[in-house]
Order: sequence, then C-alpha cells, then structure tokens
Amino acid sequence: MRQQAVAGHRSIDVSGLPDQGAFGPSGLIWWGTVGYMVIEGSMFVMTLITYFYLRLKVDAWPPSLSNPDLFWGTVNLALLLVSVIPNHIAKVAAEAGDPWRVRWSMLLCVVFGVVLLIIRWFEFGSLNARWDDNAYGSMVWCLMVLHTMHLLTDVGDTTVLTALAMSQPLDKRRYVDVSENGLYWYFIVAWWVPVYLTVYFAPRWL
Amino acid sequence: MMPPLTFDPRRSGIHSRARGNGPAADGTAAERAALEKTWHVPEGILGWFSVVDHRTIGRRYLVTALGFFLVAGILAVLMRLQLAVPDNQLIGPDRYNQIFTVHGTIMMFLFAVPVMEAMGIYLVPLMVGARNIAFPRLNTFSYFVYLFGGLMLLIVLLLNSAPDVGWFSYPPLAGPDYTPGKRADFWAQLITFTEVAALAVAVEIVATVFKMRAPGMTLDRIPLFVWAMLVTAFMIIFAMPAVVTASSFLLMDRLVGTHFYNPAEGGDALLYQHLFWFFGHPEVYIIFVPALGMVSSIVTTFTGRPIVGYTAMVLSLVATGFLGFGLWVHHMFATGLPQLGLTYFTAASMTIAIPSGIQIFCWIASIWRGTPRFTPPMLFVLGFIAIFVLGGLTGVTLASVPFNLQVHDTYYVVAHFHYVLLGGAVFPLVGGIHYWFPKITGRLMDEGLARLSFWLLFIGFNITFFPMHQLGLMGMPRRVYTYPAASGWGPLNLLSTLGAGLLAIGGLLFVWNLARSVRSGAVAGDDPWGGDTLEWGTSSPPPVYNFLHPPVVEGPNALWDRSADAPVVTGLRTDCREVLITDVVDATPNNRYEFPEPSIWPFLAAVATSAMFVGSIFTAWAVPIGIVPIAIAVTGWFWPKRKEAAA
Repeated sequence: MRQQAVAGHRSIDVSGLPDQGAFGPSGLIWWGTVGYMVIEGSMFVMTLITYFYLRLKVDAWPPSLSNPDLFWGTVNLALLLVSVIPNHIAKVAAEAGDPWRVRWSMLLCVVFGVVLLIIRWFEFGSLNARWDDNAYGSMVWCLMVLHTMHLLTDVGDTTVLTALAMSQPLDKRRYVDVSENGLYWYFIVAWWVPVYLTVYFAPRWL
Repeated sequence: MMPPLTFDPRRSGIHSRARGNGPAADGTAAERAALEKTWHVPEGILGWFSVVDHRTIGRRYLVTALGFFLVAGILAVLMRLQLAVPDNQLIGPDRYNQIFTVHGTIMMFLFAVPVMEAMGIYLVPLMVGARNIAFPRLNTFSYFVYLFGGLMLLIVLLLNSAPDVGWFSYPPLAGPDYTPGKRADFWAQLITFTEVAALAVAVEIVATVFKMRAPGMTLDRIPLFVWAMLVTAFMIIFAMPAVVTASSFLLMDRLVGTHFYNPAEGGDALLYQHLFWFFGHPEVYIIFVPALGMVSSIVTTFTGRPIVGYTAMVLSLVATGFLGFGLWVHHMFATGLPQLGLTYFTAASMTIAIPSGIQIFCWIASIWRGTPRFTPPMLFVLGFIAIFVLGGLTGVTLASVPFNLQVHDTYYVVAHFHYVLLGGAVFPLVGGIHYWFPKITGRLMDEGLARLSFWLLFIGFNITFFPMHQLGLMGMPRRVYTYPAASGWGPLNLLSTLGAGLLAIGGLLFVWNLARSVRSGAVAGDDPWGGDTLEWGTSSPPPVYNFLHPPVVEGPNALWDRSADAPVVTGLRTDCREVLITDVVDATPNNRYEFPEPSIWPFLAAVATSAMFVGSIFTAWAVPIGIVPIAIAVTGWFWPKRKEAAA
C-alpha cells in the first residue's frame, strides 16, 4: 500500500493487497460459513437438550422399545472419521493452490459422502423405533434427520464444487470455497460424535 | 502534517504495485462513470427480481415491514372497536381470535424484527464505509422469503383460516387434539419463513461489521447504531434456532404424529414454553436493542457532542445481549416451576434494568451537557425515554413472582409490553425514520406534520395503553372478545378505544408525511443535520457504489473528527464489484474480494424454498420433493458465469 494525493486527499492505495479474498478468518467467506455453523450448532444443542429434558420426564429409556442396533451407526462413525483424511487433503491442497490434488481428493470426498448417505439409510432401519411410537422415537428420529439433512447438504455442496473444479480452471476464489467447504465438513463430522453417543448410548447408559 | 493511520502497511507484508485503474486527481468523473456502470442496479421486471444492492433491498424491507405494520394496526383498531363497549357483537369470538393472533404475529415477526433489520441492511454498510452488505445475494433471498411468508399469512387471514391460538401458539391448545385444521400450521410455518430470513440478515450484518469496516474504524470507533445491530445479529443467531426447534416440533406433532408435546406418550407441553421463551425473551431485545442504537445516533447528532459514556454504552448493549438469554422463565411464572428457579429468574429480570438504566442516564447526560436541538427525531427520542421508563418500571413489578401471578394474562401485561415495545422500539424507529429519511430519499420530511404526528402518537399512545394497567388490576383478562357490563370495565375500555383513534390518526399522518415527502419534500443535501457518522459523508440518496473512495476513519465520530485532507482508500478495481476486506479488531486492510453481480437465482431459490415451506403444511412429502428445486436454484446461484470463471 502506498499513500498518494487524490483530489486534495491523501490516499491509502490498496491495489497491492491480494485479490479474490483470503483463506480462514482473514477472508469474508469463512465468516459466512462459521455464521451458519453457529446457527446450525445451536439447532443441534437445542435438540440435544430437548432429548435429555424428555429423558428426565419418564422412568424407562427407551420407554417400551428396544435399544437401537449399534452396527450401522458405528460403521458410519468410523467412515465419517476416516473421511476427514481426504477432506483434509482437499483443504490443504486448496490453500496450497494445487489443482489436481484438489480435484482427486474432492472426488474422494464425494464418494465418501454418497457411501455415508447409503449407510445412513440402513441406520434408520436399525433404530428400532418409529417417529410416531412415542416421544423417545420422535426425538431419535429428529436427531438423525437433523444430522442427515446436514450430511446431504454438504454432499450436495461438495458435488457441485467438484463439478466446478473438474470443468473449469481453478482460481483463488474457488480455492477459498473448497477450503471453507472443508471446514464445514469437519463441523458435520464433529457433530456426529455427540449425536451418535446420544442416539446409541444414552438408551444404554442412562 | 499527516495524522497517524491506524494500520501499518509494512506489517501486512504487502508491497504496493500500480494497477491500471489507479485514480488520478483528474480521473474522478471517469471513475464515477466506471463505478456507476459496475455497480448498476438492474432495470426491468427481471432486474427487479435480481437486485443485490443493499439500499434497494433495505428500502424494500422497510416499505414491506411498514405495510405489515399498517395491516396489524388496522387489526388493532378492529379489536379496540370490538372492546369499546360491553357485550359488543361487532366481531365474533372466532374472528376475534384470528385477529389478535395475527396482530401479535405480524407485529413481532413481520414488522418489528424485519423493520429493524431493514434499517441495518440500509445503514450498516454506509456507516462502516462499505460498498455493499456482505453476501448480497443472500440478502435478496432473505427479502423474498420474508415477503412470501408474510403474504401467506395475509392470504389465510382473508380466507378466514388464519391462526387463532395467540402469537405464541402454546400446545396443547395449538396441538393436533385441540386445534384441528391447518390454522396453527400456518403460524408454525410462518415462523420458519421469518427465521430463515432473519438469520440470513444476521450473518450478513456480523460479516459486514467484522470484515468490511473502513480502515481506521477500530472497535472503539464503531458507531453505536452499528454496535447495536451487531449485538442484535448475535442475539438472532443464538435465539432463533430455539423457536425454529419449537415450531418445527409443533408442526411435526400436527403433521406426522410425533409426540414432542404429548404427555401421554412421554412428551411435555411445557417443553414448548421453554423453547419458545428461550427465543421469545431475547426477541424483545432483538427488537429493542437496534432502537437503542437509533436513539444514540439521534442524541449524538442533535446534542452536537460525542455521546457521554461511549464505552459504558457499548458494554451495556453487550450486557443486554447476554442477560436477555437468562430471563425466559419469567414468562412462565404461572406454570408451577420450582420456587428456587423462580427466585433466580426474578433476580435476573431485575438485573437487566441495570444496563438499560446506564444507557438512559448516558443519554440524559449527553442532552444535559450538549446543546440539544428539539427536531422531530429528537422529540421521538424524548417520547421514547418517557414511555420506555414507564414500561421498564412495570417490567420490574412483573419480575416479582407474587405480583406476576396476580396479574398474569391480564391487561396489565398487555399495557406493559405495549409500553416497552411501542415506546421502546416504535418511537425510536419513527424518530430514526425521520432522521434518516433525507439520506434515503434526498428529501426532508415536513416538520410541521412530523411534530403534529408526534403529539398525536404520544398522547394517543398513553390514552390507549395507560388505562390498560388499571383494567388489568381490575381483573380484565387479555384475549377475551367481549365482557359483561357488570364488570365495570366499560368506561376505561371506551377511553382506550378513543386513544386508539388518536393513535391511528397519528400513524396515518406519519405515513402521509412519508408519502408526500418522497415526492415533494424539501431537498435535503448530503448532511442536513450535521451528523457524525459516515453515511452523512456521501450524497443523499447515496450513489450505487456508496462512496467514490471508501473513507478512512480518524476518530470515534467519523465526520466530526475528519481532518481537512482526510485520507481515502484507492486502488479498488472499478471494472468489477471489488470491495475491501479489513481485519476484525483494528480494521486494517487485509484483502480485496469481488462481490457477485445481480442474479435471478436468489429469487428463484426463495420461490422454491417458499413452495417447500407451504407444501409441508399439507404433506411431509413436500420436504424430499421440494429439496430438488431448491438444490437446482442454489446451484444456479453459486455457479459462476463464464466471465467470472475466466477472471
């Protein structure tokens, strides 16, 4: 930046600053992403609080139903945790400006996402409760649907971004998008841990 | 001598390099033309739906919210006519239930919150020296979602199918057993519409305030109105998810047979009240805090001095934001909760009087120490102080559990919250509209009409609502469509209705003043009041790019502290919508970012979203089916145009 005279004013010339934004909190996109993460995080918090609030209202949990089966949920937990690796590669590659590494790791993220959604389908079948059985069933389905909607949204986002990355030359702007999309994926993975523990272990432990 | 700037270019590690569009002293006209072309507001029908400009969307939000205010005001007049005399049969009980429900719902969700956000959308970017609001397409999307949600409510009102279970729609009354049909579903889904819109604006405002402030606008130089909008945005972000949860559970209980609020199957009806009021109490402050910011702006300008206790004011706003979340149970004192909990919430409710009190004293001190000019905006501020102090006092009485139980659901409560909301939010808002009208339109509102409307509103307000305190103490419950003559409530109700007539005349006069001044008001010039914040440093109305050169701020009162040769920002591209992104704390320039062009996709996304919301009132299948057009619209929204892709 330099200072020069413009029509009687001194000026701060910002033409030397990086254009097309910046990664992380320096850039604008990060704030939008984090803003929505906070909003949706609040939704998860509210739903989890509600779960435990309703738990306190009855003696047995689950009331007159059997516990959810652990298998598919645990497979999903393991896969979600592993999916962090291609996601991390994509994020780092984007920040380093490496187009091919971004492309293949994003593609891998999409594959993970699709597999996770398919497994999620089986998970719903192994909950041993319907949403209209009782308040417990409503709560379990609510937590699962909430997380699945987030999963679906991010798989959608990632697919669109991957399609963009494959079909067009990548620029800094796109790299910022890929990086912040990676941040959002961490958010989805992180929320699955308390949701998984609540859905599958609260009935067993509490 | 050059005053020191607040950032050090060397620290940023960026070396200057010349670009082709660097300004020159004689290039101003060419630069203006280039900016005019780049930031143009699209025309034509398609253009109308594609606008991404914060001033246009802010104006639309404002006009739409005032339109809803008018509708809810008409409903209020109808209620007052019905209650004017005992045993009145003008409006039947079913219609009356719809009217008071829709009145409250519109006032809270379609007027009060959106109108404050409208002011924020219009003013925050100008006050921080930015070219547009952050995420402008999201802003457009938000407006249309809000508009469609509001239209849905108006249509069902005209179809005699409006919600009729009160603006907070408690189960079990609002549940599937006691309110069959679709009325309560329209209410629940209206909440979804308005929350989606409000949350989007909240994120935009946070990002704009944190990342788009003019260089030099450090945290301690942010105008108080901007601080107020920032606190409000954070409150929206943390409070509104609770009401979305509450209303979604209600909708699911009604539509797909879940049991969240059904005690017979392990649910809990009181859960709804907790979720609702965890939002509902902060909601009061979401409406009130922006108004505090408007009062501070007006007081600063019309006392001609920096506000007394800037830091205390900011801390009070932030404290209000935090404390607002610790009070929700005081709406539930009559639900039989444990005594210890009630005691805590009594104490918390009284605590919140402290930050409000600090601000009142700071304003009084500013007026005392300054040279006040009693212009119409200032009159509304004084009216606000009088009415709000009364509302605050009845608030302290309501925080006391035994008294609260005594007047629960009576007209005392109705009087209290109208003093707080109309006095605390609408008076400052009307003052704020008089204050910023010249900036928005380039013309002044007529002063004589403004003074007349102020006195009509002030006197009318007090005649309408003051007697309600007494009616409440006499035992008149709220939400009754009529009452027997033997109750003795007739005379005070008649007085209240006469007051409502004055209030309505005052309101119409204000609207008429707005309408005529847009066309024929005196030309205002850039800064008719001698204001201190950046919006007064550009033309009225501002150009599409807001500032020819984004300003650099040299003190807490940006325009008053500006040196004769104040520095400006140059070097932003004029051939694309480039904006300057600065750091959160000290507003040091950090990077440049290109904002999106106008686009029809946010509107289409809003149409698709609205279709899904309305559809899901009737069938749960609307959700999986409705996601498809939403996904297509959102993809279109984010998919870069060829020009952008090649850039």
